Amino acid sequence: MSAPALEARGLMRHFGALIATDDVSFAIPPGARQALIGPNGAGKTTLINLLTGVITPTAGQVWLAGRDVTHLKPSARVRMGLSRTFQINQLFPDLTPAESLGLAISERNGSGADFWRAAGSRPAIVTEIAELLARFGLEADMDQPTRKLAYGKQRLLEVALALATRPRVLLLDEPAAGVPEEERRDILAALAALPSDVAILLIEHDMDLVFNFADRISVLVAGRLLTEGAPEAIAADERVRAVYLGEDAHG
Amino acid sequence: MGRLTAHLHRRAPWRRLEVLFWLAILAMIFALPSRAGIINEALIAGLFALSLDLILGLTGIVSLGHAAFFGLGAYAAAILASKGFADPMLGLAFGAAVAAVVGLVTAPLLLRGGDLTRLMVTLGVSLMLGELANRNGWLTGGADGLNFSMAPLLGLFPIGFTGQRNAALYSFAVLFILFAIARRLAHSPFGLALAAIRENRLRAGALGVDTSRRIIAIYTVAAAYAGAAGALLAQTTQIVSLDLFDFHRSADVMLMLIIGGAGYLYGGLIGAAAFIVLRDVISAATPEYWEFWIGLALVILVLAGRERIAAAPRRLIALVAPRDPRRGAA
Repeated sequence: MSAPALEARGLMRHFGALIATDDVSFAIPPGARQALIGPNGAGKTTLINLLTGVITPTAGQVWLAGRDVTHLKPSARVRMGLSRTFQINQLFPDLTPAESLGLAISERNGSGADFWRAAGSRPAIVTEIAELLARFGLEADMDQPTRKLAYGKQRLLEVALALATRPRVLLLDEPAAGVPEEERRDILAALAALPSDVAILLIEHDMDLVFNFADRISVLVAGRLLTEGAPEAIAADERVRAVYLGEDAHG
Repeated sequence: MGRLTAHLHRRAPWRRLEVLFWLAILAMIFALPSRAGIINEALIAGLFALSLDLILGLTGIVSLGHAAFFGLGAYAAAILASKGFADPMLGLAFGAAVAAVVGLVTAPLLLRGGDLTRLMVTLGVSLMLGELANRNGWLTGGADGLNFSMAPLLGLFPIGFTGQRNAALYSFAVLFILFAIARRLAHSPFGLALAAIRENRLRAGALGVDTSRRIIAIYTVAAAYAGAAGALLAQTTQIVSLDLFDFHRSADVMLMLIIGGAGYLYGGLIGAAAFIVLRDVISAATPEYWEFWIGLALVILVLAGRERIAAAPRRLIALVAPRDPRRGAA
């Protein structure tokens, strides 16, 4: 049996007295469609930041395809196949979608430090940019500065950029957050069309999206993994209902 | 595909206006031999501002201590010449190399914290280097500075006061070559990564860009450029003094870049020329008062925004002649 694509082993993160992540362990097999749900403040974003290396854990380890990456920088983890999107768009406002994608592809194939060749002079990279633009319906906007793109297009670019790194594991942080209804279809279609060999961890509030997409669901509450299982089992789980109903009662 | 390639390539080819720009400078050096001194000064200031543009304009790394590298390059070239190695090209390379080494060593200090941290760190480094030059008079001449003489360029062309046009041509050649390299670098994948760091460092890292290494690399290159500018000034004036490390030089170079516009490489050259011509013209009319006008220009530029100022004449034309006749005819 092959090693999990992504594995957390006893991850802990304290912020002063606050325990944001409390002994979280899980393993995601290659090609998995897994979702991570949990009420606001459950520590989902902290967990993503731990997995991607933006913050370091107080204790525990992160393993990527059988290698301990706990002490690697975020950029090194990306080059090993761990990529993510952001809940709030993290794009390059003055670069165009074509340039942004070209950057991600160049970094991946090792020509990112090339300072003598003009950008766009490698046909293989241009072809790949064109494919990604087409797949995400961004051809018409490809030469516009990113800041001029409609919000839904920017959301698509978020996912396209992450995919341009050719990840083996993709963390999607609320990809549909704030997308107007008419553009939502495009995002859902893009998610459904993601390569099947890429393991995906979807962090999402939208239960329709989660239950449509995932074949396994983990529930995070107050920094701890409450439970993990198939969608039907999670839907039927009294504790999960209590957490969400409890949140509704407060809201 | 064709459209995509054309889009990605759009900045790489030299434009006609750029060619004209460089030819105009060259023509000016020959047409105005009596002004060769000030042209030389503007070319050197332009190279210095270009070096700041590499870190500030391309990468978004602020510095208030860029004079550190200018001073280092100048003193390195001067000391080498005063020890008897008077070849200009050798001194230029040595000045750039010394500045690059110090840039490489101090660059990791810029990786943490925000802009304020970087402003203070760069300022601090330049203060320290200036004081080191002051304290080590056995090497630098201390407060008296250093006088020295240079060998002719390529063994043929004197570049001191007796050869001011040669000096300007020398500075022009160095500026052009370094500019062409910077231009190439800016339009490469490496340059794209620098832009990404400027625009969003978090996301650049999340796409696999090793942001620390890139920042250290470009800071080292920028330091070498500033060192080359300092070496040119030292060699063409054949004197160095402690004011090369002064804070006002770091502030002036930032002024030049902001006046000319950061991020497109020509801004530093245009800003430096504007700054030096303005200073020359105004200080001839009202000595000691010229900084008032520079200050006013800066406040207006920063508050009103360059785009709006540049767009103002067009808006005015649009008001006077609402329709472009050429378009109307079509």
